[in-house]
Amino acid sequence: MNLIAIKAIYVYEMTRFFRTLLQSFISPVISTSLYFVVFGGAIGSRIETVEGISYGAFIVPGLIMLSVMTQSTANASFGIYFPKFIGTVYELLSAPVSYVEILIGYVGAAATKALLVGLIILGTAFLFVDLQIAHPIAMMAFLVMTCFSFSLLGFIIGIWARSFEQLQLIPLLVITPLVFLGGSFYSVSMLPPIWQSITMFNPVVYLISGFRWAFFDSAEVSIGLSLFAIALFTGVCIAIIGWIFKTGYRLKS
Amino acid sequence: MSGERMSAIVSVKDVTKTYDGGFTALKGVSLDIEQGEILALLGPNGAGKTTLISVICGMVNATSGTVEVGGYDIVEKFRGARSLIGLVPQELSLEPFETVLNSVKFSRGLFGKPRDDDYIERTLRQLSLWDKKDARVKELSGGMKRRVLIAKALSHEPRVLFLDEPSAGVDVELRKDMWEIVRGLREDGVTIILTTHYIEEAEAIADRVGVINGGEILLVKDKAELMSQMGQKQLTIELHQPVTQMPEALSGYNLSIGNDGYCLEYSYDTRGDRTGITSLLSDLAAQGLMLKDVSTSQSSLEDIFVGLVEGAA
Repeated sequence: MNLIAIKAIYVYEMTRFFRTLLQSFISPVISTSLYFVVFGGAIGSRIETVEGISYGAFIVPGLIMLSVMTQSTANASFGIYFPKFIGTVYELLSAPVSYVEILIGYVGAAATKALLVGLIILGTAFLFVDLQIAHPIAMMAFLVMTCFSFSLLGFIIGIWARSFEQLQLIPLLVITPLVFLGGSFYSVSMLPPIWQSITMFNPVVYLISGFRWAFFDSAEVSIGLSLFAIALFTGVCIAIIGWIFKTGYRLKS
Repeated sequence: MSGERMSAIVSVKDVTKTYDGGFTALKGVSLDIEQGEILALLGPNGAGKTTLISVICGMVNATSGTVEVGGYDIVEKFRGARSLIGLVPQELSLEPFETVLNSVKFSRGLFGKPRDDDYIERTLRQLSLWDKKDARVKELSGGMKRRVLIAKALSHEPRVLFLDEPSAGVDVELRKDMWEIVRGLREDGVTIILTTHYIEEAEAIADRVGVINGGEILLVKDKAELMSQMGQKQLTIELHQPVTQMPEALSGYNLSIGNDGYCLEYSYDTRGDRTGITSLLSDLAAQGLMLKDVSTSQSSLEDIFVGLVEGAA
């Protein structure tokens, strides 16, 4: 294992992240604050509680998940797409590094950034609502797993994309709707029965439910199912990446 | 380089490459590159130069054939092979927002070499980049960017350096600087392979010259050998009256009769102490041959190159 190379990729990516500190940290904080003002304050004031939890607190796990999923995907997809776009990918391909090392470097950095953003949003949430975390270790575990699995997805998107438009396509068309329809801002039980059934096919429901369980000790689906969903999602991503590396898909001709 | 053959550090055997679109860029290339030499690969655009380099360096998978670098197979033992190689690509592919120093340090790390600030500083100074170490890449001129690419390629102390069209878009002064850098590297024992379509570049710095066209290596020769072919000049002597037979007194000269006897061709070596022209002319006069005109011609590396490339087409 070329640990020095992994560290080089990781540090390089993190440096890029800190160089764009404003977009990286401040914008998610601002957008989250806006969500709290609009959903928690304006709309939430008319909703008393959801499943016994104040609406302002109820949306915190969903908000964090929304940001973490979009951040992980965006970071990882951009991280590997950018070298392809500007041509510096030649260096990665000609270096004595295995694909696994490239993956660990890029996905590790993307997940770290997303995790930091998630924690910052959590910190911001404490300013707005009265929040208690029932299972802090489980909460961190869910957060870390989500960061990694969506960074893997982002990595796949970054390799697949041939233009900046394509880079945006999957997050816009797939991830954002899934996250919004995954119960970020409401309880699935609030939906009409038919939609409840359809929603069960949305993998994000299980992630948000599990994450919410870590906060409030109550979940819409069993915690075991949530863990299984995240493991399955991660497994599928790893399998796709394995195939990409084996074939050199859109990396090597 | 001394005349003795050294061991091959890069060994390419029967490499072919057919791209997905069906285009065959390499048609069975075999090539041994010797340790410590500067090999210039000459060829027109689309000849397969960049594809060959890309296969050796790992950016393109060969369709068939094998490549070894320093005894390591580039597929089976890619780590061993690639850690010996530095590559300066043709395009100025650099992350624009990164500083020169970080960019070069990243390359060293990527190749698994532990941090060595002294070595990086020496390399940057050697390339006149030290003053620009904190500048962002996008602020640099094209020539400076080319130097950064060289610094990145040298950052991990490679034994084999590939320079893909190093003179593309570079002004004369920088080109001369680059040649100096290349010569300096060779003195340190680095093997250098450069692709170019500038004949003068091959003439200026190469030990050997390979000519590639249409995905095939047409020839690989010591530059000295090629130069000796180039060093041959022809003196063409047109006569007023034709000669049917070479006069006995002129038999000592390397002469041939052409144009129905109206013309004599004399080949000579410009690098010799004596060309023999003076004595030839006086001997011709002594034979009573009246000269109508004289002219000389020389085959350049370019002529040889064009001849080969057209002959193969």
